[in-house]
Amino acid sequence: MAEPDAGWFEQAVVSALPELVGIARRLTRDQQEAEDLVAEAVASAWLHRDALRERERFSGWVLRILTNAFLSARRAAAVRPETEPLGEEDDFSLFERLHQPFLLWWSTPEQEFLDRLLHEDVVRAVEALPDPFRIVVVLADLQDMSYAEVGGTLGIPIGTVRSRLARGRALLQKALWRHACDAGLRPSPPEKEQDQR
Amino acid sequence: MTDPATISCEEALRLLALYLDHELTATERAGVRRHLERCRSCYSRAEFERRLKSEIRRVRREEVPPAFEGRIRRLLHEFTRSPAGRRDDAPGRR
Repeated sequence: MAEPDAGWFEQAVVSALPELVGIARRLTRDQQEAEDLVAEAVASAWLHRDALRERERFSGWVLRILTNAFLSARRAAAVRPETEPLGEEDDFSLFERLHQPFLLWWSTPEQEFLDRLLHEDVVRAVEALPDPFRIVVVLADLQDMSYAEVGGTLGIPIGTVRSRLARGRALLQKALWRHACDAGLRPSPPEKEQDQR
Repeated sequence: MTDPATISCEEALRLLALYLDHELTATERAGVRRHLERCRSCYSRAEFERRLKSEIRRVRREEVPPAFEGRIRRLLHEFTRSPAGRRDDAPGRR
């Protein structure tokens, strides 16, 4: 990219900032760390701007730089991945908790649930996921990576991507269900569930 | 291989996440799609999962604090003012 394109580069970065900050927050779970990570990714993108072949793909390109910077920092700090929790989370389904066998023409409990779902509820649920699941959910569900791309980025087999994604999503749905119960939007979960919280 | 003519509710739900993630083969995808066109219960489940996925995806974006946008703009101006583009400069950590 030629030097006169610096104005375009700045504009592209500013346009991508909400996504860069969002993804960095979900990965790091810390505002200051997220801002430092975004600054590092932007600096790296500027230094390697010649590698950007298609301007329309700037956002995905710089998000990938940010993700790789995050993962490299974790590896350098020798962060040990959290142990994958045992349990039956794969089986948890929000739909099954919400769905009623009778039909209302104007709404259903599951539609009502989604209508009342708040941004901060989802943020809280994503950020509460243990590392191995959160990172896979962020790459696949927030960055739209294919399973093969997630596997390549993390250096894990596709089968592991699938199982972590399934468990991560089940844990996420369980957390959203709990938030709904806490907010009084749904009946309290059975005692057995509360005991496991 | 999934047979579009015989796919069951159990099989459709087992493949649903892969279907929504566009990770199925064309044949499997056709099988799930045909099942969803015929089964109201599985269709409701699929629509719920699709909308939930979309709601989760929204948290990829976050409001940018003005002070942070200023920090990034200053960083970029530092780079662009330098004739060499400061390719040998340190990254943007504070």
